[in-house]
Amino acid sequence: MSIWRYANPAKFMATTERLVPALSWLAAVALAVGLVWGFFFTPDDYRQGSTVKIIYLHVPAALIAINAWFMMLAASLIWLIRRHHVSALAAKAAAPVGVTMTLIALVTGAVWGQPMWGTWWAWDPRLTSFLILFLFYLGYMALWSAIEDPDTAADLTSVLCLVGSVFAVLSRYAVNFWNQGLHQGASLSLDAEENVADVFYLPLLVAIGGFVLLFIALVLQRTRTEIRARRLHALRLRERMA
Amino acid sequence: MIRLVLRDVRLAVRAGGGFGLGLAFFLIVTVLVPFGVGPEGAVLTRIAPGILWVGALLACLLSLDRMFALDWEDGSLDLLATAPVPLEGVVAAKALAHWLTTGLPLVVAAPLFGLLLNLSGPGYVWLVVSLALGTPALSVIGAFGAALTVGLKRGGLLLSLLVLPLYVPTLIFGAEAVRRGAEGLSVETPLLMLAGITAGTLAVLPFAAAAALRVNLR
Repeated sequence: MSIWRYANPAKFMATTERLVPALSWLAAVALAVGLVWGFFFTPDDYRQGSTVKIIYLHVPAALIAINAWFMMLAASLIWLIRRHHVSALAAKAAAPVGVTMTLIALVTGAVWGQPMWGTWWAWDPRLTSFLILFLFYLGYMALWSAIEDPDTAADLTSVLCLVGSVFAVLSRYAVNFWNQGLHQGASLSLDAEENVADVFYLPLLVAIGGFVLLFIALVLQRTRTEIRARRLHALRLRERMA
Repeated sequence: MIRLVLRDVRLAVRAGGGFGLGLAFFLIVTVLVPFGVGPEGAVLTRIAPGILWVGALLACLLSLDRMFALDWEDGSLDLLATAPVPLEGVVAAKALAHWLTTGLPLVVAAPLFGLLLNLSGPGYVWLVVSLALGTPALSVIGAFGAALTVGLKRGGLLLSLLVLPLYVPTLIFGAEAVRRGAEGLSVETPLLMLAGITAGTLAVLPFAAAAALRVNLR
């Protein structure tokens, strides 16, 4: 028994068919609990007022936005090394989810920044890096859709993902060097000193859990769609040949 | 490989279009900026480093899609791929040729454009130094982008979408070096970072570009 069993599309489809509904329900429950708890049953912050509550959307979305790229990186490496088609399709499926999360993080940040910082947008390192990440996602998706042959597309986007990862990290540090930050430090870290206060911490964790589950469910579902689309394409080709 | 570089340079110079076009484009950007922001000397002095670097970057971008596309169309890229020279070497040679025909003229001409934008005294040296250090990275990164999009019908627009985000670190450190130089501050850190980026991209990206070319030639 190993994870490579799921490289077989049939096995993948059979397993995820049962997994996706379960994950979706779990995600819905966790999101409902986390967000309702966060929005209605936590006190207002004494300086930020009720605007603090956008943290339950902003932080999880930002977290997923970054980690979706890492997931794509891992999937691309697996495709390049072991040539499992499911892996390449999973990377393709994750990109639109990642770009949406990046957009959510940017928009919720702007909505919060307007009353708090007095501006929708500032050229702060974190904000700028996220905008660059957004551009990376766009380029990746554009390359996928521009190339017709699926294997060529998978290969080229995987190479782009590898190179893009290096440059994304590089840009992060370059941007840090370029401008001083307005954005606060980490909301969550293993170092308890840095964390947000306990009342906000627990619902935030639940909301993050919900976002992670949602991400996994969405990526699996989208991968299933991609596999079906490819099967359909193959069937059509066979029909035309016959 | 040297012959390949010479061939590409000769093609670029004699075929017209590519060579000099980047320079003309750079000039036009430099001329347009004062129309946009006003002719006030102090404002121009402040934004000159950034504008000059962005202009150089866009001028570099302009001729990227020709790097492999012409050889791809007439089939010479297939011959180059089967030649005894490794494909990584071909990529490096082509990037070098691209730099010689676009990057180097930009470096030489940049002080003149700095003059137009009222760049302050010590900035000129650092403009030339930072461009000389940074433009090779632009060419190599561009070669990678061009290799990714070579097989596409209308790759030009996609190429800029792919390549421009990759240019961000180079632009930041390059423009920062000129800005600090123009204000008389120490330029050591951004210049070292810029040199590091150039060295790193020169070492790694030819391999990535060659891998992409192999996929496209399959």
